[in-house]
Amino acid sequence: MTTVDPNFAETADRDARRARLFTRINAADKWFQVLGLSWITPLLRAVAGDNPRAQMGEIWRLLAVPLLAILAFLTLWAVLAPKVQTSLGAVPGPGQVWEQAVVLHEDAQNKAASRARFQEQVETLNARRVANGQEPVERAYTGAPSYYQQIWTSIQTVFFGFLIATVVAVPLGIAAGLSPTANAALNPLIQIFKPVSPLAWLPIVTMIVSALAASNDGLLAKSFIISAITVTLCSLWPTLINTALGVASIDRDLVNVSKVLKMNTWTKITKLVLPSALPLIFTGLRLSLGVGWMVLIAAEMLAQNPGLGKFVWDEFQNGSSSSLARIMVAVLTIGIIGFLLDRVMYALQSLFTFTNNR
Amino acid sequence: MKKLLTGLAACTAMTGPAFAQMLDLEKDELTLGFIKLTDMAPLAVAYEQGYFLDEGLFVTLEAQANWKVLLDGVIGGQLDGAHMLAGQPLAATIGFGTEAHIVTPFSMDLNGNGITVSNEVWEKMLPHIPKLDDGRPQHPISAKALAPVVEEFRNAGKPFNMGMVFPVSTHNYELRYWLAAGGLHPGYYSPENISGQIGADVFLSVTPPPQMPATLEAGTIDGYCVGEPWNQQAVFKGIGVPVITDYQLWKNNPEKVFGITAEFAEQYPNTTLAMTKALIRAAIWLDENDNANRPEAVEILSRPEYVGADYEVIANSMTGFFEFEKGDKRDIPDFNVFFRYNATYPFYSDAVWYLTQMRRWGQIAEPKSDAWYDEVARDVYKPEIYLEAARLLVEEGLANEADFPWESDGYKAPTPAADIIDGIPYDGRSPNAYLESLPIGLKSEQIVVGNKIEG
Repeated sequence: MTTVDPNFAETADRDARRARLFTRINAADKWFQVLGLSWITPLLRAVAGDNPRAQMGEIWRLLAVPLLAILAFLTLWAVLAPKVQTSLGAVPGPGQVWEQAVVLHEDAQNKAASRARFQEQVETLNARRVANGQEPVERAYTGAPSYYQQIWTSIQTVFFGFLIATVVAVPLGIAAGLSPTANAALNPLIQIFKPVSPLAWLPIVTMIVSALAASNDGLLAKSFIISAITVTLCSLWPTLINTALGVASIDRDLVNVSKVLKMNTWTKITKLVLPSALPLIFTGLRLSLGVGWMVLIAAEMLAQNPGLGKFVWDEFQNGSSSSLARIMVAVLTIGIIGFLLDRVMYALQSLFTFTNNR
Repeated sequence: MKKLLTGLAACTAMTGPAFAQMLDLEKDELTLGFIKLTDMAPLAVAYEQGYFLDEGLFVTLEAQANWKVLLDGVIGGQLDGAHMLAGQPLAATIGFGTEAHIVTPFSMDLNGNGITVSNEVWEKMLPHIPKLDDGRPQHPISAKALAPVVEEFRNAGKPFNMGMVFPVSTHNYELRYWLAAGGLHPGYYSPENISGQIGADVFLSVTPPPQMPATLEAGTIDGYCVGEPWNQQAVFKGIGVPVITDYQLWKNNPEKVFGITAEFAEQYPNTTLAMTKALIRAAIWLDENDNANRPEAVEILSRPEYVGADYEVIANSMTGFFEFEKGDKRDIPDFNVFFRYNATYPFYSDAVWYLTQMRRWGQIAEPKSDAWYDEVARDVYKPEIYLEAARLLVEEGLANEADFPWESDGYKAPTPAADIIDGIPYDGRSPNAYLESLPIGLKSEQIVVGNKIEG
């Protein structure tokens, strides 16, 4: 036994490097979790040489089980779907749905061709106008929107509605959390309006928006505003309730400190209330966005806002042999986008809050 | 390639001297609404063939969820104009339902509807229908064959429900006409009770056209009256059997109109003219060379953004066939008429017929004079705009002078008895006398009070 290991420095160096690597992986793990990719961590660990058996267990739980579940679901779907006969033919299986997804993608590509044709027609028109001594005109494309444009409209609508909801709900929630009087005033209203379905709001919103926005020349289309406001009315409540709760449950000591420092209300809210209520506010926002996205589809269906909801409704009305498969493509799209929106909110929440109790 | 060629042909035509004048448009970006029915074809064709752009109009076509949403859209200004039920502008103008002054410079088509019953009802009707030599049912089928079935339902304590698309729709009046001609009472409307089921043998209710097959399949209704392709859809899905088309009910009856608000027509006269021109050209295209363009039109309509049903389903009626039962295809070349027989001219007599039906079933509660019918018709139907647009097209060499009724006073020649299923002739000039001649329905001074008819 030698007292000095010639490789000691090297080993120590390697260990230190490994330790650093694992710290890094652990740091990254937080982000993977936020993004819903937590299965990457055990993979990285295994690659880095951490006890492979333990990592295999993790990989199995985090990656293989979900994949197997999805596979089982697809198989079950593929087997059972053809057995149900509807008047539009058999219920489409995953194969047909994928086919329609491809068709929708190709349609979107073909829209470019009709756009070109439109441009050509506009040029002919302008040539004539010029020949007649009139000003040439430039106008937006008038054709039907592609599937991707419809998705984009839906996302814009939900964020617009969500933005209004946030602007309304957060101040109200802070007021309700700070003052028991405001809380007593708001509480019954919240309780009554919270459970109201978007379908009930929609006719009222339609009438009011139509009455207030007399002309249609505004920046935003009426159907867009109607859907967005319906989203607002339904997605207001989780943010409002959670903000009130978050503000009401601030540490008493902190409140006392603010009194000692003789903070005015504004400083108190910005320096103290908001930072400590932020985790709950974000929880509320996350819930709100989820509700908003769910409600949006119903609102678009009825308000005829050209987004995913209208797409589903139009396909239902079309009643062609591919309609069911197309609706299923939309269902999956709605689900995936809803999931992504939730992840985005979760990521934002992680960025803005410093505590662990999310 | 074909499209490109026609496009090129159109371009070369445009450079001709005939195109020297272009209308000075007050508004060139328009949104027009439609319901997913084959008779929206003039709108789709005017867009796809570039007729709107030829007039300098940038038109967006938007499918609407139902007739109520569509009408509210036009009144509220979200839509600049729309494919409408002929009864809608009239009812809106006289204030039955939402009140607004709507006018129509263009009739969209003739015929195009059918009445379908569920398979169950059809089985029960069959024994009462006279047969042809080859064993197929003899057409047209009268509602008399339906009467025993309704009787059977009533004895079993079940209401006999049928769907139509809107209280003031052609379909409502046609279904009522057919039922009444067979001795079945479809029920009255009154100012207090707008269900339209007062004293009814058959209960009618509203279902949006595209949902008709699904509602029939669910058993909520036992039959319906709707435009194409929703009758053919029932045959393809095997859930129902069309019993009669409106062509067999009343040869070349007026159907949809193109509706705009009176303010729009007043504020944007040139835009209105330009729209009418584009629509007339589309109608000509749809009917020219003996329906030669219909297959192309069917392809356009089958796109998801227009009607969206399968090509074969739309093709049947649009190309002159109608399939009653699976395999029982019969020729009805005039099932959809878009231009022939002056289909696009907005005749006052058409408006008057709708008004007589509103009066017949109590939607117009009080008796009205013949002069009133004429006045309302003139208020809503605007043949002067139509003829001005037609004149411009003739001058540009895009339409034939002979195709338009320049000398008409707005009233069609009386429809002879032979053209209508129950053999009752119709003359738009004497609506009250016509009402007297109909077997079931309100006459002269009669009004509905509670559940009774007085007067």
